[in-house]
Amino acid sequence: MVWVSAIVQGILVGGLFALFACGLSLMFGVMNVINLAHGDLAVIAAYLALGAVTVTHVPAIWSFVIVVPIFAGGGYLLQRTLLQAALNRSVLTTLLVTFGLSVVIENGLQQFFSANSRALNIGNLITESFSIGSQITIAYLDLGILVVAVVVLLGLQFFLSSSRHGRLIRAVADDREAAQIAGVSYRHVFGIAAAIAFGTVALAGIAFGMYQQFDPTIGTDQLLLFAFEAVVVGGLGSLWGTLAGGVLLGVAQQLGAVYNAADQMLAGQLFFLLVLLIRPSGIFGRKETA
Amino acid sequence: MTSPPLLEVRELNVHHGQLQALHAVSLAVPAGGVHAMIGANGAGKSTLLRTIAGLHQPTTGSILLEGEDVTRLRPERRVAAGIAMVPEGRRLFASLTVEENLQVGLTSARKGPWNLAAVYDLFGWMRDRRAQRAGQLSGGEQQAVAIGRAIVANPRVLLLDELSLGLAPVVVRRIYDLLPRLLDSGVTVLLVEQDVSQAMKVADHVYCLLEGRITLQGRPLELTFEQIERAYFGISSSRNLPAGPPAQAETGAGGNQASGAGTWSG
Repeated sequence: MVWVSAIVQGILVGGLFALFACGLSLMFGVMNVINLAHGDLAVIAAYLALGAVTVTHVPAIWSFVIVVPIFAGGGYLLQRTLLQAALNRSVLTTLLVTFGLSVVIENGLQQFFSANSRALNIGNLITESFSIGSQITIAYLDLGILVVAVVVLLGLQFFLSSSRHGRLIRAVADDREAAQIAGVSYRHVFGIAAAIAFGTVALAGIAFGMYQQFDPTIGTDQLLLFAFEAVVVGGLGSLWGTLAGGVLLGVAQQLGAVYNAADQMLAGQLFFLLVLLIRPSGIFGRKETA
Repeated sequence: MTSPPLLEVRELNVHHGQLQALHAVSLAVPAGGVHAMIGANGAGKSTLLRTIAGLHQPTTGSILLEGEDVTRLRPERRVAAGIAMVPEGRRLFASLTVEENLQVGLTSARKGPWNLAAVYDLFGWMRDRRAQRAGQLSGGEQQAVAIGRAIVANPRVLLLDELSLGLAPVVVRRIYDLLPRLLDSGVTVLLVEQDVSQAMKVADHVYCLLEGRITLQGRPLELTFEQIERAYFGISSSRNLPAGPPAQAETGAGGNQASGAGTWSG
């Protein structure tokens, strides 16, 4: 029964991982930007939510109404300026620029907020739960985050497949130059993709801030790694693969924790390496094509 | 003063890194008709077309559309100004459907006679297969979609880069047979074609490029075989003999060396 419980908890936390991963996957899939600052952006979002709660006294759970638009706008601007300038040079430059951004963010947060751990206060919600049988306990918060993740991925899927801008994002991802001569400003489309990616990472960061304590370094220490692992396990270019990747990673971690609480991270990493070894294109990834 | 030509290229110099691809190329394309660019591999035909479309920035020189300088405009702005291109190799969005490919072409479209329905009327088969992914189409079908994607923008100048590349002759003929319908809608066509006989057949005016320079231009009927052969392959000035048996032998030898020899005979 303890195994079943671990699997359920793994699935629940997997939603959060998928929420982290989808923005990373989108930015890589559309503009070939490997955003090494992705985890740090999530941490900024958590601090921003903390600030929004302090200033406006909105309940923490509604802070996303303020933070997500700010992030989306910031994502568009950052893409049109710094990231586009890096892209004009080379893909490797974007890697260096986002790495630099990650360092700047981490140190900036330490400067302003100190290295102390913080948390978003969501009152009783943190402990409220319901039970299935005698062994399996499901926290409302965990379930809520999983539902949000699924809704976000569904929405993103619908946006990409059915909206005009979604169509342009797919066109630019297919062939940037052909999109230009078809009359598409790919820079603007990149900006929109970045806005969406930043919006989702803000949601993920806020959810994480409710889920557990955060500090300025946790972005690169954990979040970026989880996001990368979820993307690689699920396979690039597939949103449902990303969800599956997040869930499988979560389950692997929880099963490792059953064996030994200290082995939680190790189990996740081993599972990730195993997938890389057996199926490098990811479980739902397209096979490598020329 | 007479009105400016529809498309004018002035003293265009284009470099690919260290290599100079175009040397002071100038041309003036009047409105209407088919204008063809011929030349051997690497003569700079595609580079010229891509520069007009905005995919290469010239080192010096300018490009004017009805007298307006568009040299510094991005490709997507040029589409809005009236320059659309069907690129070499078709370059469809493979994961998008036929209809979505055409819809992307509408992004910066000008007002005009062309829209999705008109394209579906032009290519009868396309309407029924508009939900199919472009990557699953045959080469000729992809070429048709690529033309549709460009034409829905209602361009004034339509640039066609190597339409016949990799397509069966019968498919190529079918596509070229559509040109009159495009011209009737008021579009001016500037095309690059490696198959010289094909270009001579469809064009009202041909330009021959050799090593990045225009070596010959005129109406196909007014150009002689020898003139074209000389402009296409080039001959050194020291051996600039009058036309006759020696020159025949010489151009024959040139033909054997040049990569375009096969297409010339075809």
